[in-house]
Amino acid sequence: MARNLMALLAGLTFGLGLVISQMVNPAKVIAFLDLFGNWDPSLAFVMGAALIVTAIGYRLVWLRPRPVLAESFQVPGNRKVDAKLATGAVLFGIGWGLVGLCPGPAIAAITIGGVPALGFLAAMAAGMLAFELFDRRAAKPA
Amino acid sequence: MESFTPVSASIGGALIGVSAVLLMAFHGRIAGISGLFSGTVFAAKGDRSWRVVFVLGLVAAPLVYWLAAAEKPAFDMQAGWPLIIAGGLLVGFGTRLGSGCTSGHGVCGLSRLSPRSMASVLLFMAAGMATVALIKPLIGA
Repeated sequence: MARNLMALLAGLTFGLGLVISQMVNPAKVIAFLDLFGNWDPSLAFVMGAALIVTAIGYRLVWLRPRPVLAESFQVPGNRKVDAKLATGAVLFGIGWGLVGLCPGPAIAAITIGGVPALGFLAAMAAGMLAFELFDRRAAKPA
Repeated sequence: MESFTPVSASIGGALIGVSAVLLMAFHGRIAGISGLFSGTVFAAKGDRSWRVVFVLGLVAAPLVYWLAAAEKPAFDMQAGWPLIIAGGLLVGFGTRLGSGCTSGHGVCGLSRLSPRSMASVLLFMAAGMATVALIKPLIGA
């Protein structure tokens, strides 16, 4: 119960951050990515502020032996840059540039973006499903 | 053209940071939305409910803002259906293949100084900027 309540609060806070920063507005995102056109650097401030809070906050949180509502901190240990990571990032970047939505805003936008926003979320979910199928196939021994 | 809004951008960004810190402090988890969302279906059974609830909070946020500010959050998407479908598929597949998106790599990973996240952010930013530069003349924007 407490776990779900805190997750709801975290999700709501995250979403409000996306709305207030206008990251949820594709036109604003495209304006940020339009480096060679009429560039609007606002979204660099979103990432900058988020990074400062997270970098300090994480370090304070990690002074505790474990999370308040879980057994342990689950932080990715893999530090190796590989082809999978690079290919995924490039594909994601292309999709982001085509529409102006990344996963967080794509979810939050369904309440304000009408049918096109729902369509994008459905396509995104289909892409994730395709990855699961691809990944399971790849994991099978030949 | 949208105008430069550094103050609201910084406030919103700080809230995203607060959310990431909350999720680490209470759940011990990274606030990476692509993995978190995908896991509402594909994670182990006992590991799903907090994800679903987080997503509900995310969905509710624009409505809460709308009610509180008495102003609908701006949403302007120029892309037509072919781009919407192609973009959605690429974002979904790409973020899973690359183990994260703007939040997991861009905020949580960079704050941990993860080399994987630094590479990811450089690549998806460059790919996004190149894509916008290439398609703008095509769609006449």
